[in-house]
Amino acid sequence: MTQEKEKDKKEKRILKINWQAMAVPLLAIFTALVLGALIIAFTDETVYAAFRESGFFGGIGRAVEVIRIAYGALFIGAFGDPKLLWEAIVHGDGEAFTQAIYPFTETLRVTTPYIFAGLAVALGFQGGLFNIGAEGQYFIAGLATVFVGYSLKGVPAIIHLPLALLAGIAGGAFWGAIPGYLKAKTGAHEVINTIMMNYIAFRFAEFMLDVGGPMARPDSFRPVSPEIEPSAYLPQFFPSNSAIRFNWGFFLALAAAAFVGWLLYKTTLGYEIRTVGQNPHAARYAGISVPKTIILTMAISGGLAGLAGATDILGVLHFMPNAFASGYGFDAIALALLGKSNPVGVVLASLLFGALRAGARYMQGIAHIPLDITSILQGVIIVFIAAPEIIQTLYRLKQKIEGEEGVVFTRGWGQM
Amino acid sequence: MPPVLELKGITKRFPGVLANDHIDLTLNEGEVLALLGENGAGKSTLMNILYGLYTPDEGEVYIRGKKVEIEGPSDAIAQGIGMVHQHFMLIPVLTVTENVMLGMESVKYGLFLDQAKAAKRVAELSHKYSLDVDPDALVGDLPVGIQQRVEIIKLLYRSADILILDEPTAVLTPQEVEGLFEVIRSLVAQGKSIIFISHKLKEVLEISDRIVVLRRGKVVGETRPQESDERKLAAMMVGREVILQVPKGPAHPGEKVLEVEDLYVLNEQEQIAVDGISFSVRAGEIVGVAGVQGNGQTELVEALTGLRPIVEGTIRVAGQEVTNATPRTITEAGTAHIPEDRQRDGLVLSYPIADNLILNTYYLPPVAKGMVMQREVIFSIAERLVKEYDVRTPSILTPAGNLSGGNQQKVIVARELSRPVKLIIASQPTRGLDVGSIEYIHSQLVKKRDEGVAVFVVSAELDEIMSLADRIIVMFEGKIMDIVPAEKATKEELGLLMAGVHPTDAAAEAEKEAVA
Amino acid sequence: MHEEISIRKARALGIAFIIFGFAVLALFLPGTAADQTTTFTFNLSSSEAIEIPPLTVGTRMALYFTALLSVALGMWQLAKGFKRVYLVLTFVSLLFVLAFLAWAAKGKSMNLTGMLQSTLLRAIPITLAGLSGVLCERSAVINIGIEGMMLAGAFVSALVGSVTQSYWWGLLAALLAGGLFGALLAVLAIRYKVDQIIAGTAINILATGLTSYFSSRYLQVHQELNHPPTFQPISIPLLGNIPILGPIFFNHTLLVYVTLILVVLIHIILFYTRWGLRTRAVGEHPRAADTLGINVFKVRYVNVIAGGIVAGLGGAYLVLSSVARFDELMTAGKGFIGLAAMIFGKWTPFGAFGASMIFGFADSLQTKLAILSVPIPSQFLLMAPYLVTMIVLAGVVGQANPPAADGQPYEKE
Repeated sequence: MTQEKEKDKKEKRILKINWQAMAVPLLAIFTALVLGALIIAFTDETVYAAFRESGFFGGIGRAVEVIRIAYGALFIGAFGDPKLLWEAIVHGDGEAFTQAIYPFTETLRVTTPYIFAGLAVALGFQGGLFNIGAEGQYFIAGLATVFVGYSLKGVPAIIHLPLALLAGIAGGAFWGAIPGYLKAKTGAHEVINTIMMNYIAFRFAEFMLDVGGPMARPDSFRPVSPEIEPSAYLPQFFPSNSAIRFNWGFFLALAAAAFVGWLLYKTTLGYEIRTVGQNPHAARYAGISVPKTIILTMAISGGLAGLAGATDILGVLHFMPNAFASGYGFDAIALALLGKSNPVGVVLASLLFGALRAGARYMQGIAHIPLDITSILQGVIIVFIAAPEIIQTLYRLKQKIEGEEGVVFTRGWGQM
Repeated sequence: MPPVLELKGITKRFPGVLANDHIDLTLNEGEVLALLGENGAGKSTLMNILYGLYTPDEGEVYIRGKKVEIEGPSDAIAQGIGMVHQHFMLIPVLTVTENVMLGMESVKYGLFLDQAKAAKRVAELSHKYSLDVDPDALVGDLPVGIQQRVEIIKLLYRSADILILDEPTAVLTPQEVEGLFEVIRSLVAQGKSIIFISHKLKEVLEISDRIVVLRRGKVVGETRPQESDERKLAAMMVGREVILQVPKGPAHPGEKVLEVEDLYVLNEQEQIAVDGISFSVRAGEIVGVAGVQGNGQTELVEALTGLRPIVEGTIRVAGQEVTNATPRTITEAGTAHIPEDRQRDGLVLSYPIADNLILNTYYLPPVAKGMVMQREVIFSIAERLVKEYDVRTPSILTPAGNLSGGNQQKVIVARELSRPVKLIIASQPTRGLDVGSIEYIHSQLVKKRDEGVAVFVVSAELDEIMSLADRIIVMFEGKIMDIVPAEKATKEELGLLMAGVHPTDAAAEAEKEAVA
Repeated sequence: MHEEISIRKARALGIAFIIFGFAVLALFLPGTAADQTTTFTFNLSSSEAIEIPPLTVGTRMALYFTALLSVALGMWQLAKGFKRVYLVLTFVSLLFVLAFLAWAAKGKSMNLTGMLQSTLLRAIPITLAGLSGVLCERSAVINIGIEGMMLAGAFVSALVGSVTQSYWWGLLAALLAGGLFGALLAVLAIRYKVDQIIAGTAINILATGLTSYFSSRYLQVHQELNHPPTFQPISIPLLGNIPILGPIFFNHTLLVYVTLILVVLIHIILFYTRWGLRTRAVGEHPRAADTLGINVFKVRYVNVIAGGIVAGLGGAYLVLSSVARFDELMTAGKGFIGLAAMIFGKWTPFGAFGASMIFGFADSLQTKLAILSVPIPSQFLLMAPYLVTMIVLAGVVGQANPPAADGQPYEKE
């Protein structure tokens, strides 16, 4: 029965690997890497020197060498040096093994907040909302988390840790719900409001952490919060090696992805969110309260972004620094787009970006390539994912099959 | 002398549809040629090709014997072809003059718009063809009938002599239609040639010199009004004998199910759209609302279904007060709603049919247990309804957007009528559908009436209201002009009422007393 | 605003006026001593033809006066209702700001002319962003990438200006960079029909990445590459000597005058020329324009690229007419605030300029108050422009009517 088959397909939609659907994202990533390589080569002074001194082929050779060094560093920084890993395994050296997988654990550590933030934006997209405010929600959640983390003392971890996480969720949810409320009640577009809320969050965090501020660390000359109590720490995955910062937050992120998948596709609330996202008129007709759903979607989205901040603090930093522009907001948009607003897709995209980020740091050290190269790659990837026709024309791909449930990403000013 | 216009072998394919299949057509000077066909027969496609909006896959166009290539509207305009589209191509926030001159602007000092000069030309044209229009009015403020005149002036401003009118009467009262026919006759008298597109048999018989019938993208016949009648035309149009009447027995009205008292509702512009109306619908009867579009019917239905706030007045459904209640409360009180804009309000086009069939029951058992939706239950409901309501679809997982209009409407009808309801509110239930689907939906509504459901139907098609309803409410400018029993209503009388004129008929007065 | 407003809204506004009045008393009176005075001065330099004497008022008197007036206006609104109530709302807001200034500068003096001058200067980049938005959105393309386009303009103007040691080349390069990003948005939105908000976001990310990358690769390594010459103020003869107005409007760099001229020019183009009529038609009902032989795509391409150029000018202004160097992320949300100004200004050039002045005022207030050592943490003052943006958006969007086709790609079929 074809119907049975199709039903089956639908059931497995979330888990099935659809190579045809993945062709465009994969080629988009590939093309972005090629463009990145060109930028790296074009902005390297030694390449120009080689062209001057050793002619055309010398220049090309130097360019290839520069790219190889850069991307080699990117790879090792993301996944570790295979040689070291192999030796550690051969010699059965546990110490060397953890050393060798350190880069990969860093990738997973960086991936953790990406998953949360990417899920936040993806959930918003599913509900027809564009949450560019993951960054601000991250900051406010960080403040809430760190406050619970250091102010409660002598509480057992089993209570303290969940409380601190909840504080982060609440902080992010609150910060997300405000633009949601404004959208629902006044129609003010969430894109501008979430961006404004980002700037306000920076200033607010600055105020709270400023030397002498309400949440500043006493006796410190840097604008940072006090250290949180160990009872609020997210447990490390390798407690023996304190250099490895990989912690249980990653699994929390995977659980969050599973939760979002369940919420969206299996529950009435998910049906409401998706219906409002696909067609708010029909949602209203169906008796769904569109304003309530918008506020709720933004709150859940903000709560997810908040978890990014909470896990960073509880698992890695253990205090709140006054840092500007972590870049999570924009990264998260790229993640949600790349993952097609689907939780599994977001996890995969986050792994990729986590590897890029972790690797880029190493690449900066080895090859002196500015970290911002990752932003360029992300921008290019978004362009290609948003305009798949470019990739399809470039690689002579067939157009995608019609009739799939599309995700409505955003709407203009006037439309609800 | 060669004909003004000649189309030879025009063919146009859309994905999965052959919209025009080798169509030949000639138009002679000073003639009104009616292009008759059902919705989807390919009339509009053909005319859009002629106007350069679509490119044909095959075929040739000759104007006065000369072959021409029409690659865009500017080519068509240059060849003297003008078109009044079914949905007006007017910009509401601009003035009449601005709308008319757009694309052929009068300019002074080589740079600045010369409004005065263009306005003078508009005034001249409106005088010459007795199309009374104020050049400085904002188009958005004008009634539909006047907007249509602006469209015609646009063509005359460009000196068009082949005029295409695409379903021009759809939005007019019978009296306004007469006015339009006057204009058409005066245009023809001054040498213009006209293609008149319609699916309304009476009008075609009245205004045209020659009739060409299209069916499924092909020319299936040509005739003259003198040689034909409604029945013959209908058979040509549909391809079989059609019953022009809805078969139904007498109504047996029972309890009042829908009671509306003194209702006031505002439109988007915060003007009064429904102006203090009262009426009721009883179990086992069909009450139809006749009226020209834009006289408050849309707002009335939205207010009844909870989609638009009520300023004053009360609404009761089955005795329960639902004034300003949420759509969900009203649904749960036993109301089914077949919305006017089925693609906007009634369906989530990207969702599979199965998900669309639970649009307003998704949270109720057995579809959901607590918060968790039950896939298996949803699928079995969908399988059953698709069969029961004859939705033609490859699968219950096909996105609703991939279905034809008729099948989309059947999905909505299946969803709404399969629930235990006491009241059905149907707005334009058959707009844009093929004859088969129309018959099906009419019979379903009558069946529900006979089961004792109160049915409230709003339609812009007077014929539909007259054949379907047991009582007819005529609305004009937000007020009820009159409520008349269907068997006593005449088209002329309803037309006058729709135009806001009371027939000074004593019998009608008496009738009104009886109804109230 | 002549449109009728609902009774509930009218009542709410009346109550709001009264609350403003009482808020003045509750917020500012407690910290004010009976004998304190506030002095407002009006002269900036000696170039004015006539010296305006400073105005000294009793701080408490000023507070009582503004509070009373707000309350009285509120009462009148409740009892009878104003015809042009939004004008009154503007006036009451102004009263509140005046009361705030009187309180903030109590015991000191404050230069109002200087304040308005810096308001204009800070409004210029926002105005340019708003004009960029007007150009794009009047043809129905939403441009959320203005921020990125400004950033690109700022970067290349610093780089090219430094290399050539000429602000003219820097300016030209900025216009070009803005235009190029405009063209990218146009291609994505028009040719590929990409969701326009996503296309704009991609441009923001791309521009952020590119400018930061090249900045850390070149500008930070070679400081001489980040040291462009700047436009110098030109005082307009006679006009520049008018008291108050002279320093506010007629003693600026070329780019400020260009911006003010652009406001008028774009207004004329939009509402009095053939191109403007076609642009508006395309923004409202592209198919109608198409049926009259207007090339919808061409109109959109030209407008969006022009919008990009104007945004590039905004970036150049930040560098060549202001700080004389490029800093990463230096636009700090001005592109987005400009969009809010465009919405507040109902998609008109003059409206966008007026709204930008409000944001510019909030911005300049914040520096002014920091100097006056007002007991409000500076971070909260820095939030002011963003908060004002949100309040304004929440207040007006309900009434604003964007071009009907805004954000929708056009399919030719």
